[in-house]
Amino acid sequence: MDEIITLDYGSGGKKTSRLIENMLLPAFSNPALESLGDGAILPGAEKIVFSTDSFVVSPLFFPGGDVGKLAVCGTVNDVAVCGGVPKYLGCALVIEEGFETEKLGKIVASMSRAAKAAGVEIVTGDTKVVERGRGDGVYINTAGIGFLKYPGLSPKAIRPGDAVLVSGTVGDHGTAVMLARSGMMEGELSSDCAALNSLCESILSCGAAVRVLRDPTRGGVATTLCEFVEGSSYSIELEEDKLPVRGAVKAACDMLGLDPLYCANEGKLLCVAAAEDAERVLAAMRATEEGKNAALIGRVTEAHPGKVVMRTAFGGSRILQKLAGAQLPRIC
Amino acid sequence: MSFDAAALLDAIRAFPLGEVRLMEVCGTHTMAIAKSGIRSMLPDNIKLLSGPGCPVCVTPGAVIDAVLELSMRPGITVATYGDMVRVPGSTPGDNLARRRALGAKVEVVYSPVDAVKLAAARPGEEIVFLGVGFETTAPGTAAAVLTAQEQGVKNFSLFSMLKTVEPALRALIASEGFNVQGFLCPGHVATIIGEEGFSFLPRDYALPAVISGFEPEDILLSVYALAKQLAERKPRVQNEYRRAVAPNGNPLARAVMEKCFAPRRDLWRGLGAIEGSGLGLREEFSVFDAEKRFGVEYGAEEKPSACRCGEVITGRLTSAECPLFGKRCTPEDPVGPCMVSSEGACAAYYKYQSC
Repeated sequence: MDEIITLDYGSGGKKTSRLIENMLLPAFSNPALESLGDGAILPGAEKIVFSTDSFVVSPLFFPGGDVGKLAVCGTVNDVAVCGGVPKYLGCALVIEEGFETEKLGKIVASMSRAAKAAGVEIVTGDTKVVERGRGDGVYINTAGIGFLKYPGLSPKAIRPGDAVLVSGTVGDHGTAVMLARSGMMEGELSSDCAALNSLCESILSCGAAVRVLRDPTRGGVATTLCEFVEGSSYSIELEEDKLPVRGAVKAACDMLGLDPLYCANEGKLLCVAAAEDAERVLAAMRATEEGKNAALIGRVTEAHPGKVVMRTAFGGSRILQKLAGAQLPRIC
Repeated sequence: MSFDAAALLDAIRAFPLGEVRLMEVCGTHTMAIAKSGIRSMLPDNIKLLSGPGCPVCVTPGAVIDAVLELSMRPGITVATYGDMVRVPGSTPGDNLARRRALGAKVEVVYSPVDAVKLAAARPGEEIVFLGVGFETTAPGTAAAVLTAQEQGVKNFSLFSMLKTVEPALRALIASEGFNVQGFLCPGHVATIIGEEGFSFLPRDYALPAVISGFEPEDILLSVYALAKQLAERKPRVQNEYRRAVAPNGNPLARAVMEKCFAPRRDLWRGLGAIEGSGLGLREEFSVFDAEKRFGVEYGAEEKPSACRCGEVITGRLTSAECPLFGKRCTPEDPVGPCMVSSEGACAAYYKYQSC
């Protein structure tokens, strides 16, 4: 690790992994943590799924959502992809001195709407105010609790031949926020920010053999798929021309020098399921509003152990790596 | 008619050619080639090499060191394209991202004019824009200087690292061990300098030159055109990117560029100092010259370093042949700029490894 923490350590890519593996895991070591899922599954008569996430997005309001909606949906999704039914959230606000009450009201109202829509209650919380200049408007931490309904979801369950599916278009959130930040192409794109517990329920109750679910947030689809097979004897082979990417996302990414595969999503799922159940999962996804653009994007093979390989639309092939550091807009 | 890559590849294969080494001069080409997997499709005798066309990669460590030193001075905010944030100076790991974590003010902007706007919005700060790039970005950078002058934005200045393509290619061709049989010329630069801007390649060096667009189809067509010229032994400038490149380029953009900048001796990573290859602000714009305003100095020669980016961007070494590649030098901990830039040869090789 470097002698100081740079922004790259928060990108969700390789440096984040290094921070977790070198500092956090050794310090906190316990079985629930070591699975490194989106949430922890805790023992008990009824197993509990527990997850937490902090939200520091800038700008606070962006097309398709705001930091409040993001904070509720993000944690709901982390619990849901573990096979849990999200029930209760905690909410901690760190507010910068001078922040307009009206804006805070909007964010809180947005949290309330998102919680109601997702069927969760915000049952505990905390409020801190820091001096002006010591925060960026408002930071929100949410923690979520749910009850485990679908056990056994894990990248370890992946088998050769399995199908890889995505619940909709890739890269919408990251690109929309980047554009909102730059003031370019306003109104062209919206974040996909959404609660995915209904989508998860639809997939997990359709009778398919589902191996793993995950919402590809920071680091994007590429990083999450790499995490699925890293260290395993399997590979994932993706078909570039099957990947749903909006035209405006592709155009914005080309312009900014970004790659939709590495842009954050806040309302999408990646799912690996048994090959014979692929159509059934696809139908279950498409039956929901959040999954209407779902697609089968690849297969699990044994050809390139531990790697994600993409057949390009042009007919070539290349290996996809985890995100290395935050994506930076390019020169020309 | 739809594009038939397989037929084109067959045609390339059919040319009676031995090993052919073609150089793409533009970083955007390097990235497009890697991303589309073109290398995995071409016949074995056609090698594509990366040239000195990634603006970040050709900026030497000594200049980055000067930028890093400047960034720590009180009152200064460095405004830059995102690519420059992670480029290390002569010490690996030391870059603007690290300096920002240590307290330097660094803002990522999307165009030079945004830096002028930033300066107008923050009158109490000195905004120094890092002008990087070739003829493609130089006119926009000149326009920003003119805007600052017109609007009287006095706290804006330019640290120019701008360069031009022709002197670098001439130096590269004249250098020892040069072994390239044709150039895939940068479409973006050509929109400014036109077909004429590359006519010296066939005229003075009998080298084929094809101006190419950036879609994989463009690149494959251009490789075909280069192979055809070589097979027929008729080197000339061909413009594959006619939808964007006019024969005489963009005279208006060149006029703006020439109004603000004059050619000067400049330092290149891998190529050393080349006469007339850099663009410095003309005397009448010297109030906007950050080097003069803040007394920035850096050595006239490249510092020795373990990084072999210089050999990579002159076609002497492939990224995979560099002993640091993928070991000590990775995108998250880059030793050289080729591993950082979104258009760098090593970043492209690393991120988009073919299989």
